[in-house]
Amino acid sequence: MSATTMTYRDAVRQSLIDEIERDGDVFLMGEDIGRYQGTFRVTQGLFDRFKETRVLDTPISEPGIVGIAIGAAMTGLRPVVEMMTMSFSILALDQIINHAAKIHYMTGGQISVPLVVRGPGGAANQLSAQHSHSLEGWYAHCPGLKVVAPSTPADARGMLKTAIRDDNPVIFTENPGLYAIKGEVPDDPDFTLPFGKAAIAREGSDVSLIAYSRMTHVCLHAAELLEKDGVSAEVVDVRSLLPLDTETIFASVRKTNRAVVVYEDWKSGGFGAEIASRIGEDCFDDLDAPVGRVGGLNVPMPYSRVLELECIPNEQNVLDAVRRLG
Amino acid sequence: MAKQANVKLAASPAQLEQFYREMLQIRRFEEKCNQVYRAGKAGGYLHVYIGMEATAVGWLDAIRKGYDYIIAAYRDHAFPLLLGSDPVATMAEIMGRKGGMSAGKGGSMHLYDYERGFFGGWGIVGGHTPLGAGLAFAAKYRGEDRITLCFLGDGAANAGVFFETLNMAGLWDLPVIFIIENNEFAMGTRIEYHAADTELWKRGLPFGIESERLDGMDVLKVREDAKRIVDWVRKNQRPYVVEVMNYRFAGHGAADNDQSLYRTQEEVEKAKQRDPIALLEAYIRANNVMTEEKMEAIQAECEDWAERVTEEADASPHPDPAEVYDHVYTDLMPEEGH
Repeated sequence: MSATTMTYRDAVRQSLIDEIERDGDVFLMGEDIGRYQGTFRVTQGLFDRFKETRVLDTPISEPGIVGIAIGAAMTGLRPVVEMMTMSFSILALDQIINHAAKIHYMTGGQISVPLVVRGPGGAANQLSAQHSHSLEGWYAHCPGLKVVAPSTPADARGMLKTAIRDDNPVIFTENPGLYAIKGEVPDDPDFTLPFGKAAIAREGSDVSLIAYSRMTHVCLHAAELLEKDGVSAEVVDVRSLLPLDTETIFASVRKTNRAVVVYEDWKSGGFGAEIASRIGEDCFDDLDAPVGRVGGLNVPMPYSRVLELECIPNEQNVLDAVRRLG
Repeated sequence: MAKQANVKLAASPAQLEQFYREMLQIRRFEEKCNQVYRAGKAGGYLHVYIGMEATAVGWLDAIRKGYDYIIAAYRDHAFPLLLGSDPVATMAEIMGRKGGMSAGKGGSMHLYDYERGFFGGWGIVGGHTPLGAGLAFAAKYRGEDRITLCFLGDGAANAGVFFETLNMAGLWDLPVIFIIENNEFAMGTRIEYHAADTELWKRGLPFGIESERLDGMDVLKVREDAKRIVDWVRKNQRPYVVEVMNYRFAGHGAADNDQSLYRTQEEVEKAKQRDPIALLEAYIRANNVMTEEKMEAIQAECEDWAERVTEEADASPHPDPAEVYDHVYTDLMPEEGH
């Protein structure tokens, strides 16, 4: 299978192009995605290429945008809504949770909502408290949604295409720190990756580092550092939070007998707590130590780069957590 | 057969009979809902349309049923009945039964009939208005000439998302009619206490949307206005805002057991002088469209119909507990267990 090296940003864009070209029902909506080319340039060039019918600039009205997308999706169209940052999706929570996530259920299966809400989620670089949220755990709390957070360009390409083809509402979160990373991406325009399948990003035997999105890369780097200390770390890239592939996570823990869950979201009540709890419930007898957790500091994201870096989990935090397991 | 008057009728005798039957069916159906609720066979929130029947009957007569889209808030029982949905499935849903149109998952506030273009049935005040614009967006995207009727209450006219929706409907020329049913109360709060400008028809004006205030009690006037506006929207492919003045004779919901908190009995009695069913009966009599016997026969028929529908719905079993997992997703089951 041929592949091309490209950035995460380009992989997301290529998926959008593929799906717009493949299916006339697919269109994009969002603030500044068209004429302005997208705040993070994910949609660069798409307005000129596909025109306003397929790439629609919207007013700054998150609930209204998502609501209109839901209405269109209820008739079978496949809108892909960009949130300029996922932090802004907080404004649209009523539409996403009270409406999109409930419709198939409340209608007794009569109506489905093939909607994707995507955008950058997590800390970027000094965007401070209102633009740095990691909300995937909030969404993964809600039945009726699917929630994915791919960490590599190939996964972004394969999973965004799956998201757009899915008949259910999907939250697709892209950590802004990933946009510039490069990786091999299959060229096949029908390359898709199923949801609910975690990936083993690195094999190891002494401890499982379980993460998703950008934290997968933090864990991979930590694993390299651990190797120098003679510790063999396995890195599980969860990729899909809802549905969650507990099988792969549990298999890794049963092999290594130690686990540290790493997530950028606030540590308290974040999705990593759910993963840790699942491991505790199902793998207690396999564990040689309590499940460790590394999460973001439980504070609003500060502006100062020094303080911001203090909040975001890093390799050293992971190493410390592994050492605490003994 | 009664002697026909020599004046031109506002609708054909067959149409007048249809409106009469439709309004009576809704009235009797809603009365049954209240009974069912009091008998403990329906729970949760249940909002009846008693007093407001002319609005839905008139507007839905003006559209292409089954082709055009309808979306409404939680006072939604009348819409599936008028669209030809199975009334037993409608009542069964209100009773939370397996045979309900939403399989017992939605209830009174969440009725849907996708095949007939009825998209609910929503419980968050104002939250469905962008969905209505989205339905119209889809029709326009596909180059169809469907229009969308989006019903909302006077309370919803204050929701922020409604203003966002009006802006986009105006901006993108969406063929949607926002029908603000002003029944004077947002639950128990009178309009003077909830709207800075009580002329809600003006909501469309800042967005360049054709807007007007209309009567909602005289079904013949409603239908005439509705036809004119539906035709205009279909032809011009532009949105429209109407404020329809009606009044609910019933409480806000079945659980609203002290209306004296927000209105007097005298006020309700005064409003009942414009009972839409009585208004149509007066018109029918004044124009000798139907004999008294015929009217009484229709009344009896509607009574029986509501009785039978309720009985049949009550015969539908409750859902099987295992069905709780169905329809969370189109293609996968959620994890089971507590």
